[in-house]
Amino acid sequence: MSLLSLLFGEKKKTAAIAKERLQLIIAREHSSTYRGADFLPDLQRELIAVISKYVAVNPDDIKVQLEQQDNYEVLEVNIVLPEQNAATLRERTAAHLSRQP
Amino acid sequence: MTRVVVITSGKGGVGKTTTSAAFASGLALRGFKTCVIDFDVGLRNLDLIMGCERRVVYDFVNVINGEAKLTQALIKDKHCENLFVLPASQTRDKDALTEEGVEAVIKELEHMGFDYVVCDSPAGIERGAVLALTFADEAIVTTNPEVSSVRDSDRILGILQSKSRRAAEGREPVKEHLLVTRYSPKRVDDGEMLSYKDVQELLRVPLIGVIPESESVLHASNQGTPAIHLKGADVADAYTDVVARFLGEERPLRYVNYEKPGLIKRLFGGK
Repeated sequence: MSLLSLLFGEKKKTAAIAKERLQLIIAREHSSTYRGADFLPDLQRELIAVISKYVAVNPDDIKVQLEQQDNYEVLEVNIVLPEQNAATLRERTAAHLSRQP
Repeated sequence: MTRVVVITSGKGGVGKTTTSAAFASGLALRGFKTCVIDFDVGLRNLDLIMGCERRVVYDFVNVINGEAKLTQALIKDKHCENLFVLPASQTRDKDALTEEGVEAVIKELEHMGFDYVVCDSPAGIERGAVLALTFADEAIVTTNPEVSSVRDSDRILGILQSKSRRAAEGREPVKEHLLVTRYSPKRVDDGEMLSYKDVQELLRVPLIGVIPESESVLHASNQGTPAIHLKGADVADAYTDVVARFLGEERPLRYVNYEKPGLIKRLFGGK
């Protein structure tokens, strides 16, 4: 703080900071990433049930994630199939949803 | 046809009860038969703000439980001919209010020929707050120009849009109004406080008014007189304008611009 502002008691303009923070948090709380996150556990449970019908998978080997990348929301489903003849078979599925956040 | 208006905010202490009292009184002053209901079960306060605390015999929960008739519980306001107060219960039982019970009371008020039912919501997003907005046709979202209040108002708007009867039944949505309260034009001018335009831009709800931060609100609550009755006070004017706009009249915003005090005022003080 300069001597002048000390002398004249310049006030902090914090309203602009408040507005910026609110814009960010409200946008985030409105995004489907934030609101939709609560369906992920159900999705994971159902995926495990379906896949288990065909392949013996370990429930821990199915990972479901929702990520925000710039203007995209990426729903990533990562399934690790059990080892067959010591060879690892990996399958990655990524569904890109071109939704505007 | 009765219109149900909820005064809500999410956050506490922003002026819901002050607004409920002033707004309901304003509607009654304009000739509408109005009932204001305190939904804050356990923490009754509307009766104090309306100045009828010593006349409470039966309350909202008594009516819902069939322990009293609605006509026995309604308290006639001392300032306005056609205004009635339905006080909240002091019970600590959180489940005292039921959706069916609230619906039955609102239906009965409709049969009694009330034009408006004003629901004073408790703070928070729990049962009482949700029940206060469930049957609303219109909502006045009371917000202070301050971060936590704006965010909570945004939350309550989301709840209005998902949990109200209108939303659940896919009818025309609840008509939302933004009321910015405890507004200090000087602090906005100094860049210390969000302007009403900022708040409106953030919440994207049509503005129904701006109530200035005022010492007279405390004087009003001290006496149990709704703020709209304070002669010559800026808050009274601002609330009168809010009621007029609610009824579809055009009124320019008052008390939103800061005027630097003149030399005389600075020398001799005064408010």
